[in-house]
Amino acid sequence: MTWEWDVIWKYFPRLLEGAWLTMELVLISGLIGIALAVPLALMRASSRTWVKALPFAYIYFFRGTPLLVQIFLVYYGASQFEAVRESLLWPVLKQPYWCAIIAFSLNTAAYSAELFRSAIQAIPTGEIEAAEAMGMSKSVQIRRIIMPRAFGIALPAYGNEVILMLKGSALASTITLLDLTGMARTIIARTYTPLEMFLAAGFVYLAISALIIALFRFMEYRFNRYQYYHHSNTPDDLDPQLRDPHIDQK
Amino acid sequence: MANAPTALVLNDIHKSYGDLAVLKGVSLTAYDGDVISILGSSGSGKSTLLRCINLLENPSRGEITVGDESLDLKPGKDGNLVAVNRKQLEQMRARIGFVFQNFNLWPHKTILENIIEAPTQVLKQPKAEAIARAEQLLEKVGLADKRNAYPDNLSGGQKQRVAIARTLAMDPQVLLFDEPTSALDPELVNEVLAVMKELAEEGRTMLIVTHEMRFAKDVSSQVIFLHQGQIEEMGPPDQVFNHPKSKRVQEFMASHS
Repeated sequence: MTWEWDVIWKYFPRLLEGAWLTMELVLISGLIGIALAVPLALMRASSRTWVKALPFAYIYFFRGTPLLVQIFLVYYGASQFEAVRESLLWPVLKQPYWCAIIAFSLNTAAYSAELFRSAIQAIPTGEIEAAEAMGMSKSVQIRRIIMPRAFGIALPAYGNEVILMLKGSALASTITLLDLTGMARTIIARTYTPLEMFLAAGFVYLAISALIIALFRFMEYRFNRYQYYHHSNTPDDLDPQLRDPHIDQK
Repeated sequence: MANAPTALVLNDIHKSYGDLAVLKGVSLTAYDGDVISILGSSGSGKSTLLRCINLLENPSRGEITVGDESLDLKPGKDGNLVAVNRKQLEQMRARIGFVFQNFNLWPHKTILENIIEAPTQVLKQPKAEAIARAEQLLEKVGLADKRNAYPDNLSGGQKQRVAIARTLAMDPQVLLFDEPTSALDPELVNEVLAVMKELAEEGRTMLIVTHEMRFAKDVSSQVIFLHQGQIEEMGPPDQVFNHPKSKRVQEFMASHS
Protein backbone atom coordinates (compact mmCIF):
# COMPACT_ATOMS: atom_id res chain seq x y z
CA MET A 1 0.00 0.00 0.00
CA THR A 2 0.99 3.61 -0.37
CA TRP A 3 0.75 6.17 2.39
CA GLU A 4 -1.19 9.21 1.23
CA TRP A 5 0.24 12.22 3.03
CA ASP A 6 -1.38 14.69 0.66
CA VAL A 7 -4.85 13.30 1.42
CA ILE A 8 -4.22 13.92 5.12
CA TRP A 9 -3.08 17.51 4.48
CA LYS A 10 -5.88 18.18 2.04
CA TYR A 11 -8.63 17.01 4.38
CA PHE A 12 -7.06 18.06 7.65
CA PRO A 13 -9.08 21.30 7.84
CA ARG A 14 -12.27 19.23 7.48
CA LEU A 15 -11.09 16.95 10.30
CA LEU A 16 -10.55 20.01 12.46
CA GLU A 17 -14.11 21.12 11.68
CA GLY A 18 -15.23 17.74 12.98
CA ALA A 19 -13.00 18.13 16.03
CA TRP A 20 -14.62 21.48 16.69
CA LEU A 21 -18.10 19.88 16.70
CA THR A 22 -16.80 17.12 19.00
CA MET A 23 -15.50 19.67 21.49
CA GLU A 24 -18.73 21.63 21.26
CA LEU A 25 -20.77 18.50 22.03
CA VAL A 26 -18.54 17.58 24.97
CA LEU A 27 -18.51 21.10 26.40
CA ILE A 28 -22.26 21.76 26.15
CA SER A 29 -23.29 18.30 27.41
CA GLY A 30 -20.64 18.51 30.12
CA LEU A 31 -22.06 21.78 31.42
CA ILE A 32 -25.67 20.59 31.28
CA GLY A 33 -24.50 17.32 32.85
CA ILE A 34 -22.94 19.08 35.85
CA ALA A 35 -26.01 21.26 36.32
CA LEU A 36 -28.11 18.08 36.51
CA ALA A 37 -25.56 16.08 38.49
CA VAL A 38 -25.24 18.46 41.46
CA PRO A 39 -28.88 18.30 42.61
CA LEU A 40 -29.00 14.58 41.78
CA ALA A 41 -25.91 13.95 43.92
CA LEU A 42 -27.32 15.97 46.82
CA MET A 43 -30.57 14.02 46.64
CA ARG A 44 -28.65 10.77 46.37
CA ALA A 45 -26.62 11.62 49.50
CA SER A 46 -29.79 12.32 51.48
CA SER A 47 -30.79 10.00 54.28
CA ARG A 48 -34.46 9.97 53.26
CA THR A 49 -35.46 7.00 51.14
CA TRP A 50 -38.04 8.83 49.04
CA VAL A 51 -35.53 11.57 48.16
CA LYS A 52 -32.95 8.97 47.14
CA ALA A 53 -35.33 6.89 45.02
CA LEU A 54 -35.62 9.11 41.93
CA PRO A 55 -31.90 9.80 41.39
CA PHE A 56 -31.17 6.16 42.16
CA ALA A 57 -33.51 4.96 39.39
CA TYR A 58 -32.18 7.57 36.99
CA ILE A 59 -28.54 6.70 37.64
CA TYR A 60 -29.31 2.99 37.54
CA PHE A 61 -30.86 3.31 34.08
CA PHE A 62 -28.23 5.53 32.50
CA ARG A 63 -25.25 3.64 33.89
CA GLY A 64 -26.77 0.30 33.09
CA THR A 65 -27.58 0.81 29.39
CA PRO A 66 -25.22 1.52 26.49
CA LEU A 67 -24.78 5.14 25.43
CA LEU A 68 -25.53 4.08 21.84
CA VAL A 69 -28.92 2.75 22.89
CA GLN A 70 -29.63 5.98 24.72
CA ILE A 71 -28.74 8.05 21.64
CA PHE A 72 -31.00 5.89 19.46
CA LEU A 73 -33.81 6.14 22.01
CA VAL A 74 -33.70 9.92 21.89
CA TYR A 75 -33.10 10.23 18.14
CA TYR A 76 -35.36 7.46 16.76
CA GLY A 77 -37.55 6.77 19.78
CA ALA A 78 -38.83 10.26 20.56
CA SER A 79 -40.15 10.82 17.04
CA GLN A 80 -42.44 7.80 17.36
CA PHE A 81 -44.78 9.79 19.56
CA GLU A 82 -47.19 12.11 17.84
CA ALA A 83 -47.31 14.21 20.98
CA VAL A 84 -43.57 14.81 20.61
CA ARG A 85 -43.82 15.61 16.92
CA GLU A 86 -46.55 18.13 17.55
CA SER A 87 -45.02 19.66 20.64
CA LEU A 88 -43.07 22.90 20.83
CA LEU A 89 -39.95 20.82 21.40
CA TRP A 90 -40.08 19.17 18.00
CA PRO A 91 -37.91 21.77 16.22
CA VAL A 92 -35.24 20.86 18.75
CA LEU A 93 -35.86 17.12 18.97
CA LYS A 94 -35.81 16.57 15.23
CA GLN A 95 -32.21 17.79 14.99
CA PRO A 96 -29.54 15.14 15.50
CA TYR A 97 -27.32 17.79 17.10
CA TRP A 98 -29.71 18.36 19.98
CA CYS A 99 -30.56 14.68 20.27
CA ALA A 100 -26.87 13.94 20.77
CA ILE A 101 -26.57 16.70 23.35
CA ILE A 102 -29.63 15.46 25.23
CA ALA A 103 -28.37 11.87 25.29
CA PHE A 104 -24.80 12.85 26.27
CA SER A 105 -26.02 15.25 28.98
CA LEU A 106 -28.34 12.71 30.57
CA ASN A 107 -25.63 10.05 30.39
CA THR A 108 -22.80 12.10 31.87
CA ALA A 109 -25.14 13.53 34.51
CA ALA A 110 -25.70 10.00 35.82
CA TYR A 111 -21.98 9.22 36.05
CA SER A 112 -21.06 12.62 37.47
CA ALA A 113 -23.86 12.47 40.04
CA GLU A 114 -22.39 9.22 41.31
CA LEU A 115 -18.92 10.81 41.48
CA PHE A 116 -20.20 13.84 43.38
CA ARG A 117 -22.28 11.64 45.66
CA SER A 118 -19.24 9.65 46.70
CA ALA A 119 -17.24 12.87 47.09
CA ILE A 120 -19.92 14.37 49.34
CA GLN A 121 -19.87 11.23 51.46
CA ALA A 122 -16.05 11.31 51.57
CA ILE A 123 -15.98 14.66 53.39
CA PRO A 124 -14.83 13.92 56.97
CA THR A 125 -17.88 14.15 59.25
CA GLY A 126 -15.97 16.39 61.63
CA GLU A 127 -15.88 19.16 59.06
CA ILE A 128 -19.65 19.05 58.67
CA GLU A 129 -20.04 18.86 62.46
CA ALA A 130 -17.94 22.00 62.81
CA ALA A 131 -20.30 23.78 60.42
CA GLU A 132 -23.32 22.43 62.31
CA ALA A 133 -21.85 23.50 65.65
CA MET A 134 -21.36 27.04 64.33
CA GLY A 135 -25.10 27.27 63.65
CA MET A 136 -24.91 27.13 59.86
CA SER A 137 -28.12 26.36 58.03
CA LYS A 138 -28.16 23.37 55.69
CA SER A 139 -28.13 25.61 52.62
CA VAL A 140 -25.12 27.60 53.84
CA GLN A 141 -23.35 24.33 54.63
CA ILE A 142 -24.03 23.03 51.12
CA ARG A 143 -22.95 26.27 49.46
CA ARG A 144 -19.93 27.13 51.58
CA ILE A 145 -18.55 23.82 52.86
CA ILE A 146 -20.02 20.73 51.23
CA MET A 147 -20.01 21.68 47.54
CA PRO A 148 -16.53 23.26 47.45
CA ARG A 149 -15.09 20.33 49.38
CA ALA A 150 -16.89 17.71 47.29
CA PHE A 151 -15.87 19.44 44.07
CA GLY A 152 -12.23 19.39 45.13
CA ILE A 153 -12.43 15.71 46.05
CA ALA A 154 -14.27 14.74 42.85
CA LEU A 155 -12.12 16.79 40.48
CA PRO A 156 -9.54 14.14 39.47
CA ALA A 157 -12.22 11.51 38.90
CA TYR A 158 -14.39 14.02 37.06
CA GLY A 159 -11.51 14.79 34.68
CA ASN A 160 -11.54 11.11 33.88
CA GLU A 161 -15.28 11.21 33.19
CA VAL A 162 -14.81 14.11 30.72
CA ILE A 163 -12.20 12.08 28.83
CA LEU A 164 -14.58 9.13 28.69
CA MET A 165 -17.27 11.50 27.46
CA LEU A 166 -14.95 12.77 24.72
CA LYS A 167 -14.48 9.25 23.46
CA GLY A 168 -18.16 8.41 23.84
CA SER A 169 -18.98 11.41 21.68
CA ALA A 170 -17.73 9.45 18.66
CA LEU A 171 -21.17 7.79 18.75
CA ALA A 172 -22.68 11.06 17.55
CA SER A 173 -21.52 9.98 14.11
CA THR A 174 -24.15 7.22 14.16
CA ILE A 175 -26.94 9.77 13.96
CA THR A 176 -25.51 11.61 10.94
CA LEU A 177 -23.46 14.18 12.85
CA LEU A 178 -20.12 15.14 11.31
CA ASP A 179 -18.09 15.13 14.49
CA LEU A 180 -14.45 14.07 14.36
CA THR A 181 -15.32 10.41 13.78
CA GLY A 182 -18.22 11.19 11.45
CA MET A 183 -16.03 13.49 9.42
CA ALA A 184 -13.24 10.91 9.20
CA ARG A 185 -15.70 8.31 7.94
CA THR A 186 -17.13 10.69 5.34
CA ILE A 187 -13.65 11.52 4.04
CA ILE A 188 -12.71 7.84 3.94
CA ALA A 189 -15.84 7.05 1.92
CA ARG A 190 -14.58 9.50 -0.70
CA THR A 191 -10.86 8.80 -0.67
CA TYR A 192 -10.54 5.16 0.47
CA THR A 193 -7.75 6.01 2.91
CA PRO A 194 -9.00 4.44 6.15
CA LEU A 195 -5.58 3.96 7.72
CA GLU A 196 -4.45 7.55 7.19
CA MET A 197 -7.73 9.14 8.18
CA PHE A 198 -8.50 7.06 11.26
CA LEU A 199 -4.93 7.53 12.45
CA ALA A 200 -5.15 11.27 11.87
CA ALA A 201 -8.50 11.36 13.71
CA GLY A 202 -6.96 9.31 16.52
CA PHE A 203 -4.18 11.85 16.91
CA VAL A 204 -6.66 14.71 17.03
CA TYR A 205 -8.56 12.86 19.80
CA LEU A 206 -5.25 12.43 21.60
CA ALA A 207 -4.57 16.16 21.32
CA ILE A 208 -8.01 17.02 22.72
CA SER A 209 -7.48 14.55 25.59
CA ALA A 210 -4.14 16.19 26.36
CA LEU A 211 -5.92 19.55 26.43
CA ILE A 212 -8.55 18.24 28.84
CA ILE A 213 -5.91 16.67 31.08
CA ALA A 214 -3.96 19.94 31.18
CA LEU A 215 -7.13 21.87 31.97
CA PHE A 216 -7.97 19.58 34.87
CA ARG A 217 -4.39 19.68 36.17
CA PHE A 218 -4.67 23.42 36.25
CA MET A 219 -8.10 23.37 37.91
CA GLU A 220 -6.89 20.90 40.49
CA TYR A 221 -3.90 23.05 41.27
CA ARG A 222 -6.15 26.06 41.68
CA PHE A 223 -9.02 24.37 43.44
CA ASN A 224 -7.11 21.98 45.70
CA ARG A 225 -4.43 24.56 46.30
CA TYR A 226 -4.27 23.62 49.95
CA GLN A 227 -2.68 20.33 48.94
CA TYR A 228 0.11 22.00 46.99
CA TYR A 229 0.58 25.11 49.02
CA HIS A 230 3.60 25.64 51.22
CA HIS A 231 3.37 28.43 53.66
CA SER A 232 6.16 30.54 52.30
CA ASN A 233 4.34 33.10 50.24
CA THR A 234 0.84 34.39 49.77
CA PRO A 235 -1.46 32.83 47.16
CA ASP A 236 -1.43 35.28 44.25
CA ASP A 237 -5.18 35.20 43.73
CA LEU A 238 -5.91 35.89 47.39
CA ASP A 239 -8.93 38.06 48.11
CA PRO A 240 -7.38 41.55 48.54
CA GLN A 241 -9.47 42.07 51.66
CA LEU A 242 -7.70 39.17 53.34
CA ARG A 243 -4.26 40.62 52.64
CA ASP A 244 -2.03 42.01 55.34
CA PRO A 245 0.25 44.76 54.02
CA HIS A 246 3.02 43.79 56.44
CA ILE A 247 3.10 40.07 55.81
CA ASP A 248 1.80 39.62 52.28
CA GLN A 249 4.43 41.45 50.34
CA LYS A 250 4.99 40.14 46.89
CA MET B 1 -20.87 32.21 91.13
CA ALA B 2 -24.28 31.25 92.42
CA ASN B 3 -25.46 34.86 92.37
CA ALA B 4 -24.72 35.28 88.68
CA PRO B 5 -27.43 34.59 86.10
CA THR B 6 -27.50 31.09 84.68
CA ALA B 7 -25.73 30.57 81.36
CA LEU B 8 -26.52 26.93 80.75
CA VAL B 9 -28.89 24.52 82.42
CA LEU B 10 -29.04 20.83 81.62
CA ASN B 11 -31.91 18.95 83.14
CA ASP B 12 -32.01 15.18 83.35
CA ILE B 13 -30.11 14.40 80.13
CA HIS B 14 -30.39 10.80 79.03
CA LYS B 15 -28.79 9.20 76.01
CA SER B 16 -28.96 5.63 74.85
CA TYR B 17 -27.69 3.87 71.78
CA GLY B 18 -30.13 1.03 71.46
CA ASP B 19 -29.88 -0.87 74.73
CA LEU B 20 -26.67 0.85 75.75
CA ALA B 21 -27.41 3.71 78.14
CA VAL B 22 -24.52 6.16 77.97
CA LEU B 23 -26.07 9.00 79.96
CA LYS B 24 -28.52 8.22 82.75
CA GLY B 25 -29.89 11.53 83.85
CA VAL B 26 -27.29 14.26 84.10
CA SER B 27 -28.32 17.67 85.41
CA LEU B 28 -26.08 20.64 85.86
CA THR B 29 -26.23 24.40 86.03
CA ALA B 30 -23.48 26.69 84.81
CA TYR B 31 -23.65 30.29 86.01
CA ASP B 32 -22.09 33.12 84.05
CA GLY B 33 -18.34 32.92 84.46
CA ASP B 34 -18.31 29.33 85.64
CA VAL B 35 -15.53 27.11 84.41
CA ILE B 36 -16.72 23.56 84.84
CA SER B 37 -14.38 20.66 84.21
CA ILE B 38 -15.89 17.30 83.45
CA LEU B 39 -13.71 14.36 84.42
CA GLY B 40 -14.18 10.64 84.23
CA SER B 41 -12.67 7.54 82.72
CA SER B 42 -13.17 6.56 79.10
CA GLY B 43 -16.73 5.58 78.30
CA SER B 44 -18.18 7.51 81.22
CA GLY B 45 -20.18 9.69 78.80
CA LYS B 46 -18.20 12.94 79.07
CA SER B 47 -17.97 13.66 75.37
CA THR B 48 -21.50 12.45 74.71
CA LEU B 49 -22.80 14.85 77.34
CA LEU B 50 -20.98 17.74 75.70
CA ARG B 51 -22.24 16.79 72.26
CA CYS B 52 -25.81 16.53 73.51
CA ILE B 53 -25.74 20.18 74.58
CA ASN B 54 -25.75 21.52 71.03
CA LEU B 55 -27.48 18.48 69.57
CA LEU B 56 -24.51 17.11 67.65
CA GLU B 57 -25.83 14.06 69.44
CA ASN B 58 -29.58 13.84 70.01
CA PRO B 59 -30.35 13.14 73.65
CA SER B 60 -33.04 10.58 74.41
CA ARG B 61 -34.55 12.71 77.16
CA GLY B 62 -33.88 15.95 78.94
CA GLU B 63 -34.01 19.74 78.72
CA ILE B 64 -31.41 22.22 77.56
CA THR B 65 -31.52 25.92 78.41
CA VAL B 66 -29.00 28.49 77.22
CA GLY B 67 -29.30 31.87 78.97
CA ASP B 68 -33.05 32.14 79.50
CA GLU B 69 -34.01 30.34 76.31
CA SER B 70 -35.04 26.71 76.37
CA LEU B 71 -34.44 24.62 73.27
CA ASP B 72 -37.76 23.24 71.99
CA LEU B 73 -37.40 19.50 71.59
CA LYS B 74 -39.69 16.78 70.33
CA PRO B 75 -39.26 13.04 69.91
CA GLY B 76 -37.85 12.15 66.51
CA LYS B 77 -38.42 9.00 64.46
CA ASP B 78 -35.75 6.97 66.24
CA GLY B 79 -37.07 8.01 69.66
CA ASN B 80 -34.31 10.53 70.34
CA LEU B 81 -35.13 14.19 70.77
CA VAL B 82 -34.82 16.55 67.81
CA ALA B 83 -35.23 20.32 67.58
CA VAL B 84 -38.79 21.45 66.89
CA ASN B 85 -37.51 24.44 64.98
CA ARG B 86 -34.28 24.23 63.03
CA LYS B 87 -33.87 28.04 63.08
CA GLN B 88 -33.98 28.10 66.88
CA LEU B 89 -31.38 25.34 67.00
CA GLU B 90 -29.11 27.26 64.63
CA GLN B 91 -29.43 30.45 66.67
CA MET B 92 -28.68 28.54 69.82
CA ARG B 93 -25.69 26.78 68.31
CA ALA B 94 -24.33 30.15 67.24
CA ARG B 95 -24.32 31.08 70.93
CA ILE B 96 -22.60 27.86 72.00
CA GLY B 97 -18.96 27.53 70.98
CA PHE B 98 -17.64 24.03 70.45
CA VAL B 99 -13.96 23.13 70.30
CA PHE B 100 -13.37 19.63 68.98
CA GLN B 101 -10.69 17.18 69.93
CA ASN B 102 -9.69 16.83 66.26
CA PHE B 103 -9.92 20.56 65.47
CA ASN B 104 -12.17 20.00 62.43
CA LEU B 105 -10.88 22.99 60.53
CA TRP B 106 -11.99 23.28 56.91
CA PRO B 107 -8.88 22.26 54.95
CA HIS B 108 -9.83 24.10 51.74
CA LYS B 109 -9.95 27.47 53.47
CA THR B 110 -7.04 29.51 54.76
CA ILE B 111 -6.74 30.17 58.49
CA LEU B 112 -8.31 33.61 58.16
CA GLU B 113 -11.09 32.24 55.95
CA ASN B 114 -11.77 29.52 58.52
CA ILE B 115 -12.21 32.12 61.24
CA ILE B 116 -14.40 34.59 59.34
CA GLU B 117 -16.61 31.93 57.75
CA ALA B 118 -19.26 31.58 60.45
CA PRO B 119 -19.29 35.25 61.55
CA THR B 120 -19.95 36.39 57.98
CA GLN B 121 -22.28 33.54 56.98
CA VAL B 122 -24.22 32.99 60.20
CA LEU B 123 -24.03 36.30 62.07
CA LYS B 124 -23.94 38.28 58.79
CA GLN B 125 -21.09 40.44 60.04
CA PRO B 126 -19.53 42.71 57.42
CA LYS B 127 -16.40 41.05 56.08
CA ALA B 128 -14.04 43.86 57.10
CA GLU B 129 -15.33 43.69 60.66
CA ALA B 130 -14.98 39.90 60.78
CA ILE B 131 -11.42 40.14 59.45
CA ALA B 132 -10.46 42.75 62.05
CA ARG B 133 -11.84 40.54 64.80
CA ALA B 134 -10.12 37.46 63.36
CA GLU B 135 -6.80 39.32 63.35
CA GLN B 136 -7.20 40.15 67.06
CA LEU B 137 -8.02 36.54 67.83
CA LEU B 138 -5.07 35.20 65.84
CA GLU B 139 -2.88 37.63 67.77
CA LYS B 140 -4.38 36.30 70.99
CA VAL B 141 -3.59 32.67 70.15
CA GLY B 142 -0.15 33.60 68.83
CA LEU B 143 -0.65 32.74 65.17
CA ALA B 144 -0.93 36.13 63.47
CA ASP B 145 1.68 35.16 60.88
CA LYS B 146 -0.28 32.05 59.81
CA ARG B 147 -3.31 33.95 58.55
CA ASN B 148 -2.88 32.86 54.94
CA ALA B 149 -1.64 29.36 55.60
CA TYR B 150 -3.88 26.34 55.16
CA PRO B 151 -4.71 24.03 58.07
CA ASP B 152 -2.54 21.29 56.55
CA ASN B 153 0.47 23.59 56.91
CA LEU B 154 0.05 23.80 60.68
CA SER B 155 1.02 21.48 63.52
CA GLY B 156 -1.70 19.89 65.62
CA GLY B 157 -1.19 22.40 68.39
CA GLN B 158 -1.45 25.30 66.00
CA LYS B 159 -4.60 23.85 64.45
CA GLN B 160 -6.27 23.65 67.84
CA ARG B 161 -5.40 27.26 68.60
CA VAL B 162 -6.94 28.27 65.28
CA ALA B 163 -10.01 26.20 66.12
CA ILE B 164 -10.32 28.05 69.43
CA ALA B 165 -9.97 31.38 67.61
CA ARG B 166 -12.61 30.26 65.12
CA THR B 167 -15.00 29.46 67.96
CA LEU B 168 -14.27 32.73 69.77
CA ALA B 169 -15.03 34.67 66.59
CA MET B 170 -18.71 33.87 67.17
CA ASP B 171 -18.58 35.50 70.62
CA PRO B 172 -20.39 32.55 72.15
CA GLN B 173 -22.14 32.73 75.49
CA VAL B 174 -20.97 29.27 76.49
CA LEU B 175 -17.83 27.51 75.34
CA LEU B 176 -17.66 23.73 75.21
CA PHE B 177 -14.24 22.10 74.97
CA ASP B 178 -14.04 18.44 74.08
CA GLU B 179 -10.56 17.49 75.34
CA PRO B 180 -9.00 20.69 74.02
CA THR B 181 -5.45 20.08 75.15
CA SER B 182 -5.10 16.40 74.26
CA ALA B 183 -3.47 17.31 70.95
CA LEU B 184 -1.41 20.26 72.14
CA ASP B 185 2.35 20.25 72.61
CA PRO B 186 3.10 20.28 76.35
CA GLU B 187 4.69 23.73 76.23
CA LEU B 188 1.60 25.18 74.56
CA VAL B 189 -0.84 23.94 77.18
CA ASN B 190 -0.08 26.75 79.61
CA GLU B 191 -0.50 29.35 76.94
CA VAL B 192 -3.95 27.98 76.05
CA LEU B 193 -4.77 27.79 79.73
CA ALA B 194 -3.89 31.47 80.06
CA VAL B 195 -6.14 32.33 77.11
CA MET B 196 -8.97 30.37 78.68
CA LYS B 197 -8.53 32.07 82.04
CA GLU B 198 -8.61 35.39 80.28
CA LEU B 199 -11.86 34.34 78.63
CA ALA B 200 -13.33 33.39 81.98
CA GLU B 201 -12.48 36.85 83.28
CA GLU B 202 -14.28 38.35 80.31
CA GLY B 203 -17.39 36.69 81.75
CA ARG B 204 -17.50 33.58 79.60
CA THR B 205 -18.80 30.27 80.71
CA MET B 206 -16.90 27.12 79.88
CA LEU B 207 -17.48 23.41 80.08
CA ILE B 208 -14.28 21.46 79.61
CA VAL B 209 -14.02 17.73 79.12
CA THR B 210 -10.43 16.90 79.89
CA HIS B 211 -7.91 14.38 81.10
CA GLU B 212 -5.47 17.12 82.19
CA MET B 213 -5.85 16.96 85.95
CA ARG B 214 -3.55 19.85 86.84
CA PHE B 215 -5.26 22.02 84.27
CA ALA B 216 -8.72 21.18 85.64
CA LYS B 217 -7.56 21.87 89.18
CA ASP B 218 -6.14 25.27 88.20
CA VAL B 219 -8.90 26.78 86.10
CA SER B 220 -12.14 25.23 87.31
CA SER B 221 -14.72 26.80 89.55
CA GLN B 222 -16.59 23.48 89.58
CA VAL B 223 -15.50 19.95 88.85
CA ILE B 224 -17.85 17.20 87.81
CA PHE B 225 -16.88 13.56 87.90
CA LEU B 226 -18.92 11.36 85.58
CA HIS B 227 -19.13 7.64 86.14
CA GLN B 228 -21.22 5.28 84.01
CA GLY B 229 -23.40 8.08 82.71
CA GLN B 230 -24.15 9.71 86.03
CA ILE B 231 -22.61 12.44 88.12
CA GLU B 232 -20.59 10.62 90.75
CA GLU B 233 -19.31 13.73 92.45
CA MET B 234 -19.61 17.47 91.88
CA GLY B 235 -18.02 20.38 93.74
CA PRO B 236 -15.21 22.90 93.87
CA PRO B 237 -11.83 21.54 92.71
CA ASP B 238 -10.43 21.35 96.23
CA GLN B 239 -13.21 19.02 97.28
CA VAL B 240 -13.18 16.73 94.24
CA PHE B 241 -9.41 16.54 93.90
CA ASN B 242 -8.28 16.54 97.53
CA HIS B 243 -11.21 15.28 99.60
CA PRO B 244 -13.48 13.27 97.31
CA LYS B 245 -16.37 11.59 99.08
CA SER B 246 -16.98 8.94 96.47
CA LYS B 247 -14.83 5.85 96.59
CA ARG B 248 -14.75 5.68 92.79
CA VAL B 249 -13.37 9.25 92.60
CA GLN B 250 -10.80 8.47 95.30
CA GLU B 251 -9.53 5.56 93.22
CA PHE B 252 -9.46 7.68 90.07
CA MET B 253 -7.54 10.49 91.76
CA ALA B 254 -5.10 8.03 93.29
CA SER B 255 -4.32 6.57 89.88
CA HIS B 256 -3.93 10.01 88.26
CA SER B 257 -1.60 11.74 90.68
